[in-house]
Amino acid sequence: MRQGLARVIGGASILGLLATGAAACNSSNNNNNNNAGANCGYEIAFFGALTGSAANLGINIEQGAELAVDQYNDANGANCITIKKFDSQGDPAVAPGVANQLVQDPKILAIIGPAFSGESEAADPIFNEAKIPTISPSATRPSLSTHGWSVFHRAVANDDFQGPAAANYIKTVLNATKVYVADDQSAYGAGLADIVKQKLGSLVVGSDKTEADGKQPNNDFSGLVNKIVASNADAFFYGGYYKNAGLIRGQLTAAGWKGVQVGGDGVNDPGFAQAAGNAAAAGSIVTCPCSSPTAAGGTFNADYQAKWSTAAGVYSDVAFDAANIILNGIKAGNTTIDKMQTYINGVNYTGVANTYKFTATGELDPSLVKVWSFKVQPDGSVAADQNIPLS
Amino acid sequence: MNFTAFWHTLGPNTISGLVVGSIIALFALGYTLVYGVLRLINFAHSEVFMVGTFAAAAAWSAVGVTTNSVLPGFWGLAALIVLGLVAAVIASGGTALVVELVAYRPLRRRNAPPLAFLITAIGASLVISETFGVFTHHNQRGTARLVPVHDLLVFGDTHITVLDVLVVGLALVMMFALDRFVGRTKMGRGIRAVAQSPDNAALMGVNKDRIISLVFLLGGLMAGVAAVMYLLRVANAQYDAGFTLGIQAFTAAVLGGIGNLRGALVGGLVLGLCELYGGALFGTAWQNVVAFVVLVAVLMFRPTGILGEALGRARA
Repeated sequence: MRQGLARVIGGASILGLLATGAAACNSSNNNNNNNAGANCGYEIAFFGALTGSAANLGINIEQGAELAVDQYNDANGANCITIKKFDSQGDPAVAPGVANQLVQDPKILAIIGPAFSGESEAADPIFNEAKIPTISPSATRPSLSTHGWSVFHRAVANDDFQGPAAANYIKTVLNATKVYVADDQSAYGAGLADIVKQKLGSLVVGSDKTEADGKQPNNDFSGLVNKIVASNADAFFYGGYYKNAGLIRGQLTAAGWKGVQVGGDGVNDPGFAQAAGNAAAAGSIVTCPCSSPTAAGGTFNADYQAKWSTAAGVYSDVAFDAANIILNGIKAGNTTIDKMQTYINGVNYTGVANTYKFTATGELDPSLVKVWSFKVQPDGSVAADQNIPLS
Repeated sequence: MNFTAFWHTLGPNTISGLVVGSIIALFALGYTLVYGVLRLINFAHSEVFMVGTFAAAAAWSAVGVTTNSVLPGFWGLAALIVLGLVAAVIASGGTALVVELVAYRPLRRRNAPPLAFLITAIGASLVISETFGVFTHHNQRGTARLVPVHDLLVFGDTHITVLDVLVVGLALVMMFALDRFVGRTKMGRGIRAVAQSPDNAALMGVNKDRIISLVFLLGGLMAGVAAVMYLLRVANAQYDAGFTLGIQAFTAAVLGGIGNLRGALVGGLVLGLCELYGGALFGTAWQNVVAFVVLVAVLMFRPTGILGEALGRARA
């Protein structure tokens, strides 16, 4: 018995020695990396969907941010700044657990994300509690900035700009006279659809709600499709993400509907055409409170293509800029979350996609807002169409 | 309640309801067969279906047909559909057999209580679904829309397309064949015997384990066919595609009378129609609510379901 106890204590102390040894190695590594002026050894977090049915949108953002970090490390020493990926699956139910993991990591100075509005509602209170500043390159629900979360920043315009612009496009460019509007009941989709409905007013001939991605029974939208066909609408706006939007577009075409489908930035992804089939998807319009990533300045597009062997997607450029804002902050010596928060609040930074300046509530300064429309091409890709006038 | 929308979409919704209902009905057969024989709800059946969708999608992409391929002519399409059916049926049937061998048979050998079967059923379902989820990054996989949009019959606003007829026709043929198989063949008699009284059937020389495997296999075959019909309509495979459909199919089986083959057909069609009519009246978001209210209402007056009889008593 006593012998057994001695063994246990001996084993534990050996483990303890190993652990301290490893810790010592770690800290010495950090010191080695600490190049002058680069402030190495810190982390930036990405928070958003890397898997799940809307994952393409999250992956675009993560890859944009990771490219910025890589370029910083090339200039300031390998592994200087680490990007930590937190996969929320885009699901508000999964997000809080992942957010709680994130806030346990003391090296994280700022967060790129959360990517979507629903998960922002769920995770931002946790980040606010932990006082870790966030910059979302993509969550567009207007009310996110009204909760008093001091850590919240949004590098794009919200749906109070995107919604009216989408309505404007339907009215003045498509010249639609009858519009059907539906949404997926998500924080983002329902909010956007409501704004579009309100702006279109009497042009709306009917509205409906579907379940969220993957929750619609049978993935069958024939109830909605039959209503749209019966309403003789010439345009259909869907507030939601690309998968459902694509399935609906495919089923609308199969039912013989000839109108134009319009969606928000959540539909702005090649996954839309993948779900619909290129033939059905072609000609559909998506809006985005951003410009085309192909219009991004500098060598961004070439660098992105070289690193990821794929073209930059929607918000890749904004995420790249958001990461650079944080990296500049680190370089300038803002190596605590409080200093980083102050730095981001006061930033005035021109990146590859836009110039960034935040209001007191963390919104992008209204003078910097732009909303573009994109058209789905016959090969399923999404190409910039026009800069939509905001009024 | 929106009666205008209801009347305007009555024709198209009836067609859609029958098409969706046929897919649900084929799927429901798997639940009803297994329940009829084993008094067990095989929750992993939704994954049997899901595996079928991926198998058909993989078979098509193996011959070079993906989401946006240029589609061949009539005979080429027929060959592709048959190829998809063969792949899905093999994969689904195989999955159903493996689930029975790995998850249920060992428990049956040890006379485990019914609750243990329920837990392994849910466990098997999660394991298969999440395994596919991890390998596909929980993302969708598009497939080609093989059947071109072509109206066969048009009554006013109601268009009946080739696809509608194909899905409903195929479902009816499969159900008729299954009904004959269970009702008229020697193996079918074995199934009914085991359903009626496993011990007596064993005394009469029926190999119980083989019959149970056969029942799982048959359910898997039907799910495989349902999977191809689903792909022809939705053209999208995802790791959780079986989940909502599985709940619907289980509901349809209970609605028609679980353990009753023809009940599954009736239940599927009634459920499909109720969902679409309900969606038209109250909004698409209420589809599920309407379907389940109908289920509860039916069960209040006919606790054993609409046709309510067990597999063993279907035909003596």
